[in-house]
Amino acid sequence: MDLSLDLTLRFGDFILKLDETIGLRGVTAIFGPSGCGKSTLLRVIAGLERGAVGRVALGPEVWQDAATFVPPERRGLALVFQDARLFAHLTVAGNLNFAAKRAGQSPGFSAAEVTRVLDLAPLMQRRPAQLSGGEKQRVAIGRALLSRPRLLMLDEPLSALDAARKAEILPYLERLRDEARVPMLYVSHAVSEVARLATDIVVLQNGRVTLRGPLEQVLSDPAAVPLLGVRDAGAVLTGRVIGHDLGDGLTTLALSVGQLVLPGIIGAVGVALRIRVPAQDVILSLTAPQGLSALNILPVTIVSLVSGQGPGVAVALRSGEDRLLARITRRSAMAMGLHDGMQLFAILKATAVAPQDIGGGEAG
Amino acid sequence: MPDLAPLWLSLKVAGCTTVLLLLCGTPLAWWLAHTRARIRPVIEAVTALPLVLPPTVLGFYLLITFSPTAPFGAAWLGVTGQTLTFSFTGLVIASALYSLPFMVQPLQSAFESVGKAPLEAAATLGAGRLDRFLTVATPLAARGYLTAIVLTMAHTLGEFGVVLMVGGNIPGRTQVVSIAIYEKVETIDYAAAHVLSAILLALSFGVLLLVYTLNRRFPMRAG
Repeated sequence: MDLSLDLTLRFGDFILKLDETIGLRGVTAIFGPSGCGKSTLLRVIAGLERGAVGRVALGPEVWQDAATFVPPERRGLALVFQDARLFAHLTVAGNLNFAAKRAGQSPGFSAAEVTRVLDLAPLMQRRPAQLSGGEKQRVAIGRALLSRPRLLMLDEPLSALDAARKAEILPYLERLRDEARVPMLYVSHAVSEVARLATDIVVLQNGRVTLRGPLEQVLSDPAAVPLLGVRDAGAVLTGRVIGHDLGDGLTTLALSVGQLVLPGIIGAVGVALRIRVPAQDVILSLTAPQGLSALNILPVTIVSLVSGQGPGVAVALRSGEDRLLARITRRSAMAMGLHDGMQLFAILKATAVAPQDIGGGEAG
Repeated sequence: MPDLAPLWLSLKVAGCTTVLLLLCGTPLAWWLAHTRARIRPVIEAVTALPLVLPPTVLGFYLLITFSPTAPFGAAWLGVTGQTLTFSFTGLVIASALYSLPFMVQPLQSAFESVGKAPLEAAATLGAGRLDRFLTVATPLAARGYLTAIVLTMAHTLGEFGVVLMVGGNIPGRTQVVSIAIYEKVETIDYAAAHVLSAILLALSFGVLLLVYTLNRRFPMRAG
């Protein structure tokens, strides 16, 4: 199913302008800095911004063009707002029921499944005022799912939460991605959330799309470095757990070429894991290194070298099917004589992969 | 014991006025809370006029408008066969205009404090306009409705000037309790004036106590 957008929306001197067709599968992250128009884009798709001019269509169904404006209640989508927006006069059960009573025809979770996946049973009789921020977001997500949307949109559902609450909700979102059959548009400005959840990424800057594609491709694209920030740039890899070392507390992952060893006992054998490798934590070596404390060494080929502003060079790498991104200094690149197509070795510090950045990838 | 008919008439006028204002005041308050039209401050000012206008001024204009020789009064007479002046219907219409801000202002600020957020959420969950109004906006504005209803009733019960100008003082037809009390005092029937006044005092206090108890936040603005 494709979401096609050809839009212009003005707010004072801010202009949101895009002409894109987004193939919806899994989680499409809309990523960008605050104020780049991400939330506004979701509101336009939902039909909440009457000022937008252009065309919005989901598959063959036109939601908005010069002659048509389908009101939000007839678009068959759901939007989870940043601030949850639960109905204060209803209990949690009442909020869920509000959505269920007006649900669309699309297949989706049953009330029992939603309650189980989001762990809502203990909250049912409470009022929104008696819920924590994380609980509110879980209810809001549950309420959106029960309306059986054809498209679920989430507008920074975690941004109002502290790190502990985020860690509490992220697994639920992963289960949604892996168990729900509903495509999602997920707005975020946090690279860690995007890296963990997204299937595809659309990068929005100043109201325009500057980069888009599958997650692994975008995050390993040197062009993404300035967009994501030097500290947050880095590739995402998916590996399969092939064993644990219980004595040392390590997990071994198979990649398309070679293996990675991560600290901690993560996942069962055979499970797909997504890991993030920050570009600044990748070291390049011309020869196979020996006598290093680092456990992870992958053979790589340079795909491209891109100099940015400042002293850094972003190096796009390929290791079998996997893509990596390294960020080194220009001086090192010169000294090593790096060029496209060159074969060398990448050293990743296993500790560089933070536990909260390890998420379950799509199994199968 | 004095004749209690004026008290019942007052309650009847107050009841009818409140129902009429609920029907007319709700859409007006909704529009004022949500519109971005430039004419909004004008409408707001007109709505608030009865708060500052002496009742006799409003009553005087209404008397002229209701008169069978004026276009509106004549049209009313033509359609219904009855005059508006010195009639129950005239009393209710005059009271509704006089109490308009007491209905509209609490409702408007209640709708404003409900805001767009829950309505947008309801829309994305598949609720249409009327559905959103009835199942989201109305229950969320319940305290505003309570305030508006009680204030409108209490204010209508206590009015004097407008009623006297438009309805006169016809026992059994337009003699409401406030006017009856005035008449008792004029005729030095202090005993009867005492009884009616005490009932009105107790009623008004009871009603206001109810509002303040049920609704700690008092959303009146200009009132």
